[in-house]
Amino acid sequence: MSSEQRPILSVRDLKTYFFLDEGTVKAVDGVSFDVYPGQVVGIVGESGCGKSVTVRSVLRIVEKPGRIVAGEIFFRPRKGNGRLLEGSQDGYVDLARLDAQGREMRAIRGAEIALIPQEPMAAFSPVHTIGDQIMETILLHQAVNEEEARRLGIERLREVGIPNPEQRMEAYSWELSGGLRQRAMIAMALSCHPTLLIADEPTTAIDVTTQAQVLNLLRSLQQQHNMSIIFITHDLGVIAQIAEYVLVMYLGRLMETGPVVDIFHHPLHPYTRALLKSIPSVYTRSRTFLPTIEGSIPHPFNRPPGCPFHPRCSQFTAGICDQKTPLLQPVNEQQSVSCFLYHRRAEED
Amino acid sequence: MTQYIIKRLLLLPLLLFIFSIFAFFVIQAPPGDFVTSYIAELAASGSSMDQAQIDALRAMYGLDRPMYIQYLKWVGRIIRGDLGVSLDWQRPNLELISERLMLTVALGLLTFCFTWAVAIPIGIYSATHQYSFFDYFFTVFNYFGVATPTFMTALVLMWLAFQYFGVSVTGLFSPQYVDAPWTWGRVVDLLRHLWLPAVILGLDGTARLARIMRANLLDELNKPYVEMARAKGMSEWKLVLKYPVRLAINPLISTIGWYLPLIFSGSVIVATVLNLPTIGPMLLRALTNQDMFLAGAIVLIYCGLAVIGTLISDILLAWLDPRIRMEES
Ligand SMILES: Nc1ncnc2c1ncn2[C@@H]1O[C@H](COP(=O)(O)OP(=O)(O)OP(=O)(O)O)[C@@H](O)[C@H]1O
Ligand SMILES: [Mg+2]
Repeated sequence: MSSEQRPILSVRDLKTYFFLDEGTVKAVDGVSFDVYPGQVVGIVGESGCGKSVTVRSVLRIVEKPGRIVAGEIFFRPRKGNGRLLEGSQDGYVDLARLDAQGREMRAIRGAEIALIPQEPMAAFSPVHTIGDQIMETILLHQAVNEEEARRLGIERLREVGIPNPEQRMEAYSWELSGGLRQRAMIAMALSCHPTLLIADEPTTAIDVTTQAQVLNLLRSLQQQHNMSIIFITHDLGVIAQIAEYVLVMYLGRLMETGPVVDIFHHPLHPYTRALLKSIPSVYTRSRTFLPTIEGSIPHPFNRPPGCPFHPRCSQFTAGICDQKTPLLQPVNEQQSVSCFLYHRRAEED
Repeated sequence: MTQYIIKRLLLLPLLLFIFSIFAFFVIQAPPGDFVTSYIAELAASGSSMDQAQIDALRAMYGLDRPMYIQYLKWVGRIIRGDLGVSLDWQRPNLELISERLMLTVALGLLTFCFTWAVAIPIGIYSATHQYSFFDYFFTVFNYFGVATPTFMTALVLMWLAFQYFGVSVTGLFSPQYVDAPWTWGRVVDLLRHLWLPAVILGLDGTARLARIMRANLLDELNKPYVEMARAKGMSEWKLVLKYPVRLAINPLISTIGWYLPLIFSGSVIVATVLNLPTIGPMLLRALTNQDMFLAGAIVLIYCGLAVIGTLISDILLAWLDPRIRMEES
């Protein structure tokens, strides 16, 4: 990755809310980040902090009653996808402005931005063959006939290391083992050579050994195709293995961002520090309790005022942290933090 | 798949045997027999029989023999294709039934097609447009459909048709065709009469099916494979029809099995109200007159239909759902 390059995806102040009868859930509340070509960006955070909603917003598949209420999602499509770029001077399309079910957005989904979901078991239809579902993606986005689509599908299955790909085309997802199923899912996601791959906890549902294999596979495919990946997980160990850049998310906001080395070696935000302390390491004495982050995540309906983390924060300053919401600001060459320990910039309201 | 079908077919004779016992004893269940009710009828019209005559009558129909002998003789005749003679009508049962069976099957199939053709699209629309105006509209409509007794609908529609269009909607044929031989004109006339009873009979089932379809589809629409199809860039209606609708219909297939006989038996009251020459009213009369061989034959045919219906839905289900095919083999 070189920082001179222009990002392939640039999310600016994204807000995605769910409007329920009981109230509004601000699942994503002002998130900004960039993804550069060939970069693997990891998003970490506890369950319910809005990781999935962030990437679903990028794909424009947020379900009702959810809606993007503000922000921009600039995406740079391939040169060939010229129709999309009408009226754009710099080669970017704002996905947030497109009709979610319209032709333009559908030409991007699956072809330029692809998704690997958390549960490959449930994400394949149980009554359609794997081949049917892979060929469908190819036929949707590429001008090929059915025979050619089958050939390409078999090629993709072989590429992800599935033995006997010809036979596997006729198999149903439930006939495969967990690892093979996730590989087939990766094959389907990569079937149209996307430039951005979104992997939403792709290894949560499989065992540790298989998990390592799948991660290696993703890594090597990413290098072969020079794809960008947004990789979601709440496993910091996985982030260390695969990501170059990390976004730490809490209650719909980014707490800290930076290269993986800096985040792991000198985390700045108290939340990042707490998160890192809670992972077991070889240095942890056995039979000691793993520290967990104190307190629990507030209910989505009553988000605390000010910094969302302040009720659980060990370093919180009364009168500041509970009054104003800190902005994500660069504090050194690499890292950005939204915390008043490092800067004073707050959201104006 | 073939293995699966063969297995099911081999089960058929066994099932039919069990059903024949069941049918025979059910029609034997009411106290007395045909002769008893015949005597009662005679008494009502002022005449009577002496004991010798009665005994002769019983011996003639074999009613004086033990139950199992009667059953064996009955089954033996049925295997040879002889359904016996109706004690009441004094005509061969086969002749009596086949006439009405054809009309009943025609009406049943039409009702079935109407039900599915209307209910499935309504269910799909309601689920994909949950809480929209038409969703509420169909929900209310469905409640009425389920809550209104079918014979009530029949009566209201008959009255409306008669009051405002001056047409009588009873029966399945216009007067000039009732006893006419089968001609093209008679078929057309039948179809012109058949659709209204089909709609009346199907209304209740349509309402139920639409509600089930809506609920099933709502469940399926939240499944990850739907989101995945969206993420692939499929257009919304295409993906809805290909994935969740397909999976929402699967459980409904198994209802075909019991739906078939239900149409035949459930229509007794409506058929009586609408004066339809179908099998339902005939069974009712056979049962009240203790015309046991006719009633037995009809009940047996019902059972046969249930078996065939189940077989059809099993095969359909295995054909549509690879998971079931796999389980069976
Ligand atoms: N369909 C929905 N309706 C209402 N609220 C929703 C919906 N989807 C998500 N949310 C809310 O949005 C918030 C963020 O959810 P999201 O799924 O993005 O979390 P996550 O970080 O991906 O968590 P996990 O690690 O458990 O996947 C949660 O508080 C959740 O309650
Ligand atoms: Mg998630």
